Amino acid sequence: MTNTIGEIEKTDVILITGSNTTENHPVISSFVKRAVSFGDTKLVVVDPRRITISDFADFWLRQNLGTDVAWINGMIHVIIKENLQDQSFIDQRTQGYEELKQTAEKYTPEYVEEITGIPAQSLIEAARLYATAKAGSILYCMGITQHTHGTDNVKSLANLAMLCGHLGIEGGGVNPLRGQNNVQGACDMGGLPNVYSGYQAVTDEGARKKMETAWGVTDLPDKIGLKVTEMIPKAHSGDVKAMYIIGENPLVSDPDLNHAEASIKNLDFLVVQDIFLTETAQLADVVLPAKCFAEKEGTFSNTERRVQRVRAAVDAPGQVKEDWEIICEIASRMGYPMSYENSEAIMAEISQVTPSYGGINYARIEQQGLHWPCPNEEHPGTPILHVDLFTSGKGTFHAIDFAPPAEAADDDYPLYLTTGRVLYQYHTGSMTMKSEGLNDRSPESFVEISFQDAGKYGLEDGTMVDVTSRRGSITARVKVSTKAVPGTVFIPFHYAQSAANKLTNAALDPISGIPELKVCAVKLSKAA
Amino acid sequence: MGKPNTITINGHEFEFEPHQTILDVARRNSIDIPTLCHLKHTTPTGACRMCVVEVEGARSLLVACATPAATGMVIYTESPTVIETRRMLLELLLSSGNHNCAICQTSGDDWTQFQLRVQQEEDTTELCPVWGDCQLQDLAFRYQATGAKFPATPTRYPMETVNPFIVRDFSRCIQCGRCVQACTEVQVNNAISFGYRGSRAKIIAAGDRPYRDSDCVFCGECVQVCPTGALVEKDTRYQSRPWEEQKVRTTCTYCGVGCQLYLHVNDNKIVKVSGVPDMPPNYGSLCVKGRFGYDFVNSSHRLQTPLIRENGSLREASWEEALDLVANRLGQIKSEYGSDSIGVLTSARISNEENYLANKFTRAVLKTNSIDHCARL
Ligand code: SF4
Ligand code: SF4
Ligand code: SF4
Ligand code: FES
Repeated sequence: MTNTIGEIEKTDVILITGSNTTENHPVISSFVKRAVSFGDTKLVVVDPRRITISDFADFWLRQNLGTDVAWINGMIHVIIKENLQDQSFIDQRTQGYEELKQTAEKYTPEYVEEITGIPAQSLIEAARLYATAKAGSILYCMGITQHTHGTDNVKSLANLAMLCGHLGIEGGGVNPLRGQNNVQGACDMGGLPNVYSGYQAVTDEGARKKMETAWGVTDLPDKIGLKVTEMIPKAHSGDVKAMYIIGENPLVSDPDLNHAEASIKNLDFLVVQDIFLTETAQLADVVLPAKCFAEKEGTFSNTERRVQRVRAAVDAPGQVKEDWEIICEIASRMGYPMSYENSEAIMAEISQVTPSYGGINYARIEQQGLHWPCPNEEHPGTPILHVDLFTSGKGTFHAIDFAPPAEAADDDYPLYLTTGRVLYQYHTGSMTMKSEGLNDRSPESFVEISFQDAGKYGLEDGTMVDVTSRRGSITARVKVSTKAVPGTVFIPFHYAQSAANKLTNAALDPISGIPELKVCAVKLSKAA
Repeated sequence: MGKPNTITINGHEFEFEPHQTILDVARRNSIDIPTLCHLKHTTPTGACRMCVVEVEGARSLLVACATPAATGMVIYTESPTVIETRRMLLELLLSSGNHNCAICQTSGDDWTQFQLRVQQEEDTTELCPVWGDCQLQDLAFRYQATGAKFPATPTRYPMETVNPFIVRDFSRCIQCGRCVQACTEVQVNNAISFGYRGSRAKIIAAGDRPYRDSDCVFCGECVQVCPTGALVEKDTRYQSRPWEEQKVRTTCTYCGVGCQLYLHVNDNKIVKVSGVPDMPPNYGSLCVKGRFGYDFVNSSHRLQTPLIRENGSLREASWEEALDLVANRLGQIKSEYGSDSIGVLTSARISNEENYLANKFTRAVLKTNSIDHCARL
């Protein structure tokens, strides 16, 4: 997030899109609901489902799946046409405005309505609301990123925020809500194919030399590595021979699971390090047991870039080790001696080689976490990004045209499917499904469908139905719901049995490498 | 009139800021005024009257939590009338329902009979499940109040145990309304409200239905703020007593909000989770996963030893054997097919320190940049 969670309660307008906030980030949703219910904050929700948070909204705009660039450009069109943009912000802090203006020209509310299904008048009013606010905060999640045009979607949201000067100020920002507890940290720490910790590029010779010195090695590779969504196909083709998978379960979370499974099975050697024998671990050659969060010391970085402590509360079962100990042991056995006294010693090294974590140490975050960038020990941390300057100087507008999603509904597969999570389960369920209580509330997969579609296909609440896409088929129980809109069904992806990802499309966003998990075409038929 | 923006509490002058209540001024200056219904950051309801204070010139006692401080007020927080009023309020509360924490002597029937009735209703011989962790019990002790002064009024409503997380015990509910405030003004789930009137009063969910059939999302905020044993975590109830527990502060392992929570540990087992009050980012709030989703830690399905595949199936192995095998095979594949034939998936589930080492290992030892994680999925 460019801004903090706390600011959500103090902003004038909140625009939520592609985030089922009450189920996926429940505590953040309370900030939103309080702001709207007890303050003067206005709320715009743009989402293909009538999710719970839309009950609190001044406007719920329902876009057709995968048409986000179009409605965002539409808002930009309205704002420029009505001269509601923040011209001084644009002049002083940005570049590329003319191109944006030209591209937005054709996205009249009427044209946008054709593409997105959002009524022109609603779009105009929502755009005015956001543009005329003193501070407006955009919250988004995977409903924006998990598309073949996910990167375009994110850039478009940034365009909208910059156009209105809603960046670098309190209560503003473009705020991705991170799905998993330490996604932010995994990225910050170099768990990406193109950067070391602190987003220092592997292609940058200076950065490489610096890390070589710090790590006492030579010849660090200078070529960008493979993304997860590239590794799997390369495993299939035999270019990738071995994988070392720590704490992930791609065999439920990946798109087009049938293909993913074949790929993993094709590996010569698979090591999985986890707390449970997950679907992925069951295919491994070696499984290494790890400690869970309640058994270890360390830090997580939350979605607002706040680095916070994790502390050991109970002893671990059996012979399990901390993930870092295991990594050290393997490295040492491969001829690179690696050892640390404890996690705090690792953090000391991190702060030395990572400018944005330079001032982070355990003593400082004992009571309250710090927001990076925090370059030195005197620095108070940075709750709000881009206050004076963008990281790269001027903020660039990206003129982006709408392009449809990779797969469209047709006569054979007449319905759209979108996927997501439910409140009571988490990711692939390896943790939440160990809780009787959570399973009691959300025991199994389901297909959420509108009353209209239920009528059309002769389905009742509770009947079993086969859902089929071009890639696979699953069986799940029908849940008729007011959250669904005719023409689109929803399935949560948590459940390995009737896994939604047997249906989803693995078509990737060319830049982020994120698959289009949010849109594909399916058909329904009553299960035999 | 005294100095502007100044009040006198128990003979000492204190400055106040506009909009501050008597309670705010007192708390800021470490003067302890007892409260039951008051819940920070929500609209004061004045429901319990426990915070009454005497204000010179006022015709009756005033509630400190809802009375704004005004220049020149002269306030007594523990005058004889105040103490007498609080004791009487407590006696009334203690006489209704099953407050069997031994501070309660009943009037009509004797303790034994009372206790027998409670035991029958609760199906246990133990005292109240929150014994030692109850604000009503603390105040009863402080003001030496018992339930003997007023005729005992038994409970009208049976306990609700049909959901997996929270037991609602109406026999210990004092109608303070904190749960309602928490649900409607803090979490804004709007699942519960006051229902019925007078002696039939009850906190109800969706037209008086069980939690599980209402809008309740089991965030447990109501349990965390309930001052008595009326709302208790089902798995903790009678399983663990507060003085046997250690609290360890940590960060939630589920979503990216990073809520700060306490793991309550008893005998090396997590028995309960609570939110850390007054601390960002969550200020004490949690969701159902963070509060109730800890069973996996102690699950019998946890991996306990390394496993190695042999003849198609996995068998237990020692660390030595497993680590040697991993190092050898990765080394072999690296020299045979090159560094880029190996891919590493690190994790959004493990710590920063561990992710950093995974990054270092991949690049410095395997000599490839093919490291990623599944966060995009
Ligand atoms: S359930 Fe607890 S918090 Fe709610 S009114 Fe009763 S005593 Fe107060
Ligand atoms: S658990 Fe949460 S949603 Fe349910 S009644 Fe309590 S506060 Fe409301
Ligand atoms: S308690 Fe809930 S909202 Fe908070 S971090 Fe955990 S999962 Fe997220
Ligand atoms: S605390 Fe003031 S009336 Fe209850």
